[in-house]
Amino acid sequence: MIMDWALLTEWTIKSLVLIFGLIGGFAYLTLFERKVLARFQVRIGPNRAGPHGILQPIADAIKLIFKEELIPAKADKIIFIVAPIITVIPALIILAVVPFGPDIRLFGRTITLYISDLNVAVLYIMSVTSISVYGIVLAGWSSNNKYATLGGIRSTAQMISYELALGLGFVGPILLSGSLSLVGIVDAQKNVWFFLYQPVGAFIFWVANLAEVNRAPFDMPEAEQELTAGYHTEYSGMKFALFFMAEYIKMIAVSAIAVTLFFGGYRGPLVDQFPVLGPLYFLIKVVAFLYLMVWVRATLPRIRYDRLMAFGWKLLFPISLGNVLLTAVGIGLVGITGNNLWLWFIPVSTILFFLLVSHFAQGAVAGGNK
Amino acid sequence: MSIDIILFLGLAVVAILSAAGMLFSRNAIYSALFLIINFSAIAVYYLILGAPFIALTQITVYAGAIMVLFIFVIMLLGAEQTGRTPASWWMRPLGMGLGALLILESLYLIFTHLHSFPQPIEIIDGFGNPGQVGEILFDKYVLPFEIISLLLLVAMIGAIVLTKKKMKR
Repeated sequence: MIMDWALLTEWTIKSLVLIFGLIGGFAYLTLFERKVLARFQVRIGPNRAGPHGILQPIADAIKLIFKEELIPAKADKIIFIVAPIITVIPALIILAVVPFGPDIRLFGRTITLYISDLNVAVLYIMSVTSISVYGIVLAGWSSNNKYATLGGIRSTAQMISYELALGLGFVGPILLSGSLSLVGIVDAQKNVWFFLYQPVGAFIFWVANLAEVNRAPFDMPEAEQELTAGYHTEYSGMKFALFFMAEYIKMIAVSAIAVTLFFGGYRGPLVDQFPVLGPLYFLIKVVAFLYLMVWVRATLPRIRYDRLMAFGWKLLFPISLGNVLLTAVGIGLVGITGNNLWLWFIPVSTILFFLLVSHFAQGAVAGGNK
Repeated sequence: MSIDIILFLGLAVVAILSAAGMLFSRNAIYSALFLIINFSAIAVYYLILGAPFIALTQITVYAGAIMVLFIFVIMLLGAEQTGRTPASWWMRPLGMGLGALLILESLYLIFTHLHSFPQPIEIIDGFGNPGQVGEILFDKYVLPFEIISLLLLVAMIGAIVLTKKKMKR
């Protein structure tokens, strides 16, 4: 029984650290994004609250807490209140299966730096992403506002379309590592990061991720010029803050998952000697990906809605299918010949396939319904 | 009382109440939401039975993909409000009759076969982990699996053909 309590305490502490880490990460990610975006546009960015604007997230939080909350008279009240909560929960729980570092010894106990090592971790991530769309849809519907409903419908269509490419993106690392557990996938990247075997897979996974978390250039559900603010038009105060929080926590989550699947997770030089370096490497890689997201937002204009759909279905989906097929062929060749060099067949053939398909699909994506 | 029984009973309440809620709510969106809760409760049952693969597939496919499409269609058609009376007069009596028949038959089977139900099978080690599921699916049951994939493909092609606009010459 004593053992159980110790284990339970360990889990509770780890979960709390993860959740508060994500919430703190969300607060400072908003500042990070505003600062970096300002630099891209040759501005200074927030610099009033505290030195270099370091207290800006706290000021924002206080402002949002004390704002008046409105519920539209014709809104569906129960769903209107529940929708922000449904949006936040998947964002908070999705990282439970991601390892942040190797096992460390603390107080005479071996502590694993993940909350759970499921043998179906990848499926867990898939199922959480597949239910994360509900919050947005229900928010749009329950507001009883045409812009909000349009935003909700757009986000459903977009997330269903890009989920295919996202799911197929998972298959590459699964095939290479032979494991559905993220701990197993990270262990399999001890020598070579899967990014080198799966350049096309990593690219498609990343693009589908951007669409899945509604980031620019795929932020159609909240396109402010067309839909005022999309699905959260009618939300104010803390409820709006929950949507905002979910969006930024999802950014952190998808970056962490991309790092784990394709960029070696917490692996890096000297990690086996000094396990404490693991979380540090992980953090650095995640921040690099977050920077990439802000960079993309600062650079690319929003894609038109019909092209967004055509891009997902006519370009990303066939390429990701071909990527899975060629990866399986490469692994089969290794199995037949027994020579590991055949693994390099995968990046070469997938890049050629990618160029071929994008050359022929160009007309289909750009031309609309012609 | 072991923790499994408590979990089972709690889940049973959730599953039955959500199923009833789905049937009796007047709003199609609420019905769909109750159905999602029901699917999730079933998924937790699979977890209790030691089949995480099936549980998570249940959530991804049913609670996720299929119900998203349902809600998408309901929202797109604006069909949230269902009418208070069914479309035809014979629907309600027919439904009641069929329901009564189902209850009678199950009661009869339960009471006549009470002592001849098979004993629960001992669960083998590694039951339901993804490797085993894959091996069984692609080895022992590869033909049914391929036939089902073909059927799904045919259905998909059919939907595309039906919705395709006529080519203008």
